[in-house]
Amino acid sequence: MATAEVTHEAHDDHGHHEDEGFFKKYLWSVDHKVIAVQYLVTGMAMAVIGGFFAYVFRMQLAFPGEAVPGFGIVSPAEYNALVTNHGTIMIFWVAMPVLIAAFGNFLIPLMVGCDDMVFPKINRLSYQIFLLSAIVLISSFFVEGGGFGGAWTAYPPLSAVSEYNLTPLGATLWVVAVALEFVAFLLGGINFITTAMNSRAPGMRLYDIPMAVWMIVVASILFMASVGPLIAGAIMLIFDQTLNTGFFDPAKGGDPVLWQHLFWFFGHPEVYVVLLPALGFVAEIITTFSRKPLFAYRTVLYTVFGTGILSFTVWAHHQFISGIDPRMAHIFTITTLLISVPIAEMMFVYIATLYKGSITLNTPMLWALAFIGEFLIGGVTGIFLGASGPDVFYHDTYFVLAHFHYTFFPIAIIGSFCGLTYWWPKMTGKMMNETLGKIHFWGTVIPFNVIFLPLFVLGQLGQHRRIYSYEGFGELMREDVWLGMGMQDMRVLATMALVVMLAFQVVFFVNVFITLRKKEKDAGPNPYNANSLEWLAPSPPGHGNFAELPTVYRGPYEYSHPDRKAKGTDFWPQWEKE
Amino acid sequence: MSPPRSTADLRVIDDPRPLPAVPSAVLGTLVFILTEIMMFAGMISAFQITRASAVLGWPPPGQPRLPADETLINTIALLLSGVALFWAGRRFERDRREARAPLLLAFALGAFFVVFQGVEWVALLRDGLSMTSSQHGAFFYLIVGTHGIHVIGALCVMAMVVQRHQQGRLASSTFQAMRVFWYFVVGVWPLLYTLVYL
Repeated sequence: MATAEVTHEAHDDHGHHEDEGFFKKYLWSVDHKVIAVQYLVTGMAMAVIGGFFAYVFRMQLAFPGEAVPGFGIVSPAEYNALVTNHGTIMIFWVAMPVLIAAFGNFLIPLMVGCDDMVFPKINRLSYQIFLLSAIVLISSFFVEGGGFGGAWTAYPPLSAVSEYNLTPLGATLWVVAVALEFVAFLLGGINFITTAMNSRAPGMRLYDIPMAVWMIVVASILFMASVGPLIAGAIMLIFDQTLNTGFFDPAKGGDPVLWQHLFWFFGHPEVYVVLLPALGFVAEIITTFSRKPLFAYRTVLYTVFGTGILSFTVWAHHQFISGIDPRMAHIFTITTLLISVPIAEMMFVYIATLYKGSITLNTPMLWALAFIGEFLIGGVTGIFLGASGPDVFYHDTYFVLAHFHYTFFPIAIIGSFCGLTYWWPKMTGKMMNETLGKIHFWGTVIPFNVIFLPLFVLGQLGQHRRIYSYEGFGELMREDVWLGMGMQDMRVLATMALVVMLAFQVVFFVNVFITLRKKEKDAGPNPYNANSLEWLAPSPPGHGNFAELPTVYRGPYEYSHPDRKAKGTDFWPQWEKE
Repeated sequence: MSPPRSTADLRVIDDPRPLPAVPSAVLGTLVFILTEIMMFAGMISAFQITRASAVLGWPPPGQPRLPADETLINTIALLLSGVALFWAGRRFERDRREARAPLLLAFALGAFFVVFQGVEWVALLRDGLSMTSSQHGAFFYLIVGTHGIHVIGALCVMAMVVQRHQQGRLASSTFQAMRVFWYFVVGVWPLLYTLVYL
């Protein structure tokens, strides 16, 4: 509480009233559900910005030098800034706030059966710092020199020396924004772990915690344990930029590869930080809609912890061509290939859960199944990159790019839509339109594959990343290389598919708008006949969540239990004694 | 104070849940310390790598040497502060009022550490050791400065604990969490001293 009490003192003079206005409610609320909505809305707004950036630079790649509708001519510096900030936004301001902060805040107190987070004021401070970090990042696009363009990995000396990156202010604001964002998630993570451990409803043992909560807790532990070195690195980078120190500058006796170690020591566990919550949502959805218990709950739990530990030993596979010792590369190849075993196991567990289930193919279930299928492609292509031999060729090609989009798109976009469509009735009390939901689903998933499958091929053909225009490279403009298409045709195809996919997002916003306009709250507390505690609370849950704190009698996945089937029902909620 | 928002924060008497094994305040602090340990680990490993690959030897020629002997006094002062706080904790559990003297002693020793270090920094800057003078200076101010900020922050919390204790409204879990954090700040220092000064 040492830190908690400090914030108590600092904010007490603001007081708290129940009938506050808009700004009071949305900037000073300590209710975990309001904070969840704040994170969700901010994250989705940032997703629109990040999606727009992708649209602009993909248009530049498809039609180099031509004016992009809605943006204009893209200069090389702008191209770099767009690519850099697309990556930064999508990971730190979309995947993290939506998957961990929004759903963690909304779900953890509801699913473990308590009325709020353990440290509500720290929670509020967390969102306020996050909002500040988003404002700092957005402001960095408008300063002199433009936004930072040294890639989201910010390798020095490019990121450290303003004579190289030509964005003296943009680069510093970028690092400051990322550092603030880390502070926000540190405060959030403390809450998530402590609440799940100490505030559970009576009767809820560790093995009765729903998988979504476990996954967010493990993800928070991973984040807390991995972010330290990057915070150290970020401080050193800011000093290099502003105080003229030489931590990463070889001219001053520094070591640029040092940054890569500090960055990827965080950067690789970060993949699992965002992956695990998405896997948790999928676990909830496939058990509910196949009416079966989660296959091997405890094994999954141990696997998650194992994956977390292993994820700290793989970071240097990002540096196979950075001059690390080849003997080290062998070790990191082995650990990297090892980590595909637990992830593959979880995929099999999910398929085993579906096996012989009574499956309902509604929108959340479609998203969950798409997650399994699409992430599988991302995982399998990762094996090529984790092995140091092939990686020498693939490094920094579009094969890498396509690979990590096949992991991050399922995580950040499909995973978010899994959670959003599944818990939407709980959040608003209203059911979404299924037809629009399915149109949006297919309109997102099909174009997604059309965008990134050609990019695997382009990567195989040696197309390098982070290039403004391929017109000057004859060997990257070849004709008739795949299915009768030339290399530039494939770039145009990918861009067109992106435009189609972005257009289909309108369907989602229309669906949200229609649902929110509906007068009647038609969801009821438990529209899916699901078992976990959040479905006991009214939809939407009021202040304090539950009329009275629930007691838990069993695990969260007791579907189709024979004793209950005899009574004519196929689910057995955690809160029902008999 | 607004009414308690969470039953975990201020436990209601008829709360049916068992008391947690580790109070929330302490658990939250421990999670925070995990991040802190990893942050210092990042700085220390960066320092070790840079030192090991220094071409001209370490510390670099022409750079001032660090006052290792004087800092030993300061190290002992900080360690004693940790002992005093441990003593305060023991007394607090027996009889709350008795904790005042060792608590003030711990605070005074901690404050002495910060002032001593400030004087040392002024002298080093005068001798020409700065963040830009060499990697040696850069890492010295980075690591020792980061630790110093932690000591100052922890002292602020300790001042709040002293005040609450005086007013008789110091929660046991708050004091416990504060102690855990101070033990971390004190415990990491001998490691930093050994690596950076010696």
